[in-house]
Amino acid sequence: MIWAAVCAALLVPVAAAGFSPLLQWRQPVYIVAGFAGIVGFALMLLQPLLAGGYLPGLPALKGRRVHRWVGAGIVALVVLHVGGLWLTSPPDVVDALLLRSPTPFSVWGVLVMWLIFATAALAVLRKRLGMRPMTWRRAHTALAVLIVAGTGLHAVLIQGTMETLSKYALFALALGATVKVIWDLRIWAARRRASR
Amino acid sequence: MAHGAHVVAACAPDLTGETDMSIRLINRRSLIATGGAAALTLGTGLTVPARAAGVQPTPTMPGGANNYRPGAQIVERIGNGGFTMTGTVRRAGDGAPLEGRRIQMWAHTTEGHERDPESHGATLTDRNGRFVMDMPQIVPAFGQPHGHLAYDAEYDDGGFKTVFLRPVMSSPSETSLDVEFALVPA
Repeated sequence: MIWAAVCAALLVPVAAAGFSPLLQWRQPVYIVAGFAGIVGFALMLLQPLLAGGYLPGLPALKGRRVHRWVGAGIVALVVLHVGGLWLTSPPDVVDALLLRSPTPFSVWGVLVMWLIFATAALAVLRKRLGMRPMTWRRAHTALAVLIVAGTGLHAVLIQGTMETLSKYALFALALGATVKVIWDLRIWAARRRASR
Repeated sequence: MAHGAHVVAACAPDLTGETDMSIRLINRRSLIATGGAAALTLGTGLTVPARAAGVQPTPTMPGGANNYRPGAQIVERIGNGGFTMTGTVRRAGDGAPLEGRRIQMWAHTTEGHERDPESHGATLTDRNGRFVMDMPQIVPAFGQPHGHLAYDAEYDDGGFKTVFLRPVMSSPSETSLDVEFALVPA
């Protein structure tokens, strides 16, 4: 039941975009780039659910393992998204990366890209950097909130293949799930305890 | 500083008839500067030519030159048409219409991507500085339904500076765009 709802929440926005009339006027590489972004966005709903151990059959510890793999998947999707857009229109992507694009959503996309890369780097180097668990948790959580919020803003400002209602719903669900897991895991409360 | 003033002025109602002259003048300038309401600007400019003395130069828009193809052919229309791109080319300052100026336009349309050569075409302005191009319907790409236009000094002997525009349609269902070039002598 929970799985059915989660699968629907993840798949409906992607499927709805599949019916976009814009697709008929786009070449495969542009379509792939767009859907890499949409799937990556959808996975940002899955990530907090995994981290919180909310999904049946995936309690917290097992959920974290999957969370790591999904995180790696998001990094790959970002590369595919930006790479595919680059092949479609190089100057537009160069403008975006240099923060001189005329489109207001580009700056959010680029910011989120760097935050995702930073999150991945931090996850990989966590042990080597000898980060304390609480420091790691705070840093990872702060990055995650910015990434989910920035991705949502990036998406809703775009007139693209995503269907409007499912786009806003996905944004709300992803943000809601992120806030819920932060609340449930008492990440900020734990921080206050630790700093005392 | 000037930007702030422009924004404020553009928000003020300017079509309230024969009201304060100074307010209307600011409005005209702001409209030209933003380029977004070029059609309105043209209308007022033609009916009151004496006020054309303050025509501000049209600046190149960010991203305007993206996927430009220098020297695209002059064509009757681009592809199968259906979308109307119009505009006016004038001299900055006195607002004199510029005839025979070569304007290139391109966009992501129902018939091709911005980078496709067949998505590009050029035309010349008439004696009133007007140009019209029939081109395929523009569809949203890279997040906005937008077109591109270029006045390229390299392909024109008239001695004006190059300007690239990137107008955005207010809705993807729009079937026309109108722009204004106020060119600065080189």
